[in-house]
Amino acid sequence: MAGDRAARSSCGQGRVTLFATTVLAQAGVLENSATGTVASGRADTLTQVQAAEDAVLRPVDTGRWSHEMRAALASRIANLNAEPALANRFRAGAGAMASLADPAVVGDTNDLVTVLAFMDKVAMAVRDVVADDIASLQAAGIGDADIVRLCELNAFLAFQIRVCVGLRLMRDTSA
Amino acid sequence: MSRVVRRFTRRVPRWRPRVTPVRLDQATPLQRDALKITPSNTRVSDYVLTLAHDPESLRVRSPLFNAIMYDRGGLSRAEREIGALAASMVNRCLFCAAVHADRHATLEKDAHVTDELFAKGEKAELGQRERALFDFASKLSRAPAEAGGGDVQALRDAGLDDGEILDLVLSTALFGWANRLMHVLGDPIATEPQA
Repeated sequence: MAGDRAARSSCGQGRVTLFATTVLAQAGVLENSATGTVASGRADTLTQVQAAEDAVLRPVDTGRWSHEMRAALASRIANLNAEPALANRFRAGAGAMASLADPAVVGDTNDLVTVLAFMDKVAMAVRDVVADDIASLQAAGIGDADIVRLCELNAFLAFQIRVCVGLRLMRDTSA
Repeated sequence: MSRVVRRFTRRVPRWRPRVTPVRLDQATPLQRDALKITPSNTRVSDYVLTLAHDPESLRVRSPLFNAIMYDRGGLSRAEREIGALAASMVNRCLFCAAVHADRHATLEKDAHVTDELFAKGEKAELGQRERALFDFASKLSRAPAEAGGGDVQALRDAGLDDGEILDLVLSTALFGWANRLMHVLGDPIATEPQA
């Protein structure tokens, strides 16, 4: 079955089954449950979500943002969205950058301060983002490709967190 | 003169990037692969050329976008557009809101729902099903913790089954993603002359 193939498709460095993907594991959705059956019906889509996580958190070409930095930023965004378990999952990969996972940390260099402020705003107040926010990154010496990489990381986390929360609500309210 | 669009509209604007897009004639093999450049497909928008700065993300995002918005079964295409539109209104992504309001009106052959939403926002007069779809999608978009079990129950009371609810979650969340690219990396520019 196509769904079964997708459920066992490659995710990250190992082969991860559908129910071990970040969204289903974090939502606490089990295979033999009503929500699990519904999720299996969209197995192709949900395994593609895991492939997207790999692409934004652990890309081959990292540009300016190392895997550790990306994990720290992902953890920070999860914290801002009151998702502590997801934040801890990402923080485990943040190594020496782990302190940045704490939203109270504002950075100790001009460019880091600018990057963290930008990421927080895009995560929590995207409607208020204006052209000057991009100009601030550029003025801090962040190249255009690295700006796009920051946006992709932030945007993916917004998506992933909402899928986790939605699945969890479905699980919690299922008959 | 170019004019940045400030209000919701179904007239789809042009998108002007705030960063310099990748130049197609200088794209790397990985970027060309992510852009799906073929001899018969060499026209690429500035938006996609901007995202080509991160080809690994672009390569996985495009098929995922298509799966969430167009895969068969589950929530109707028009109702997936309500998830997209609610997110885009919350995030004030005027470009995405225009595209997906227009798509909803076209699919439904009726502009009433999107006219109401653009005119009255959250106070729009909607049927029970559209109201439940829009409210859940708006809350999930604003802050995930705002959405609660009562909102999911309202969807069920309006007749949605769990497969449809999952599709609404996915389409709404997808625009949490898309809005953070489109609205952050560029401006919507009016396509009609300034009055």
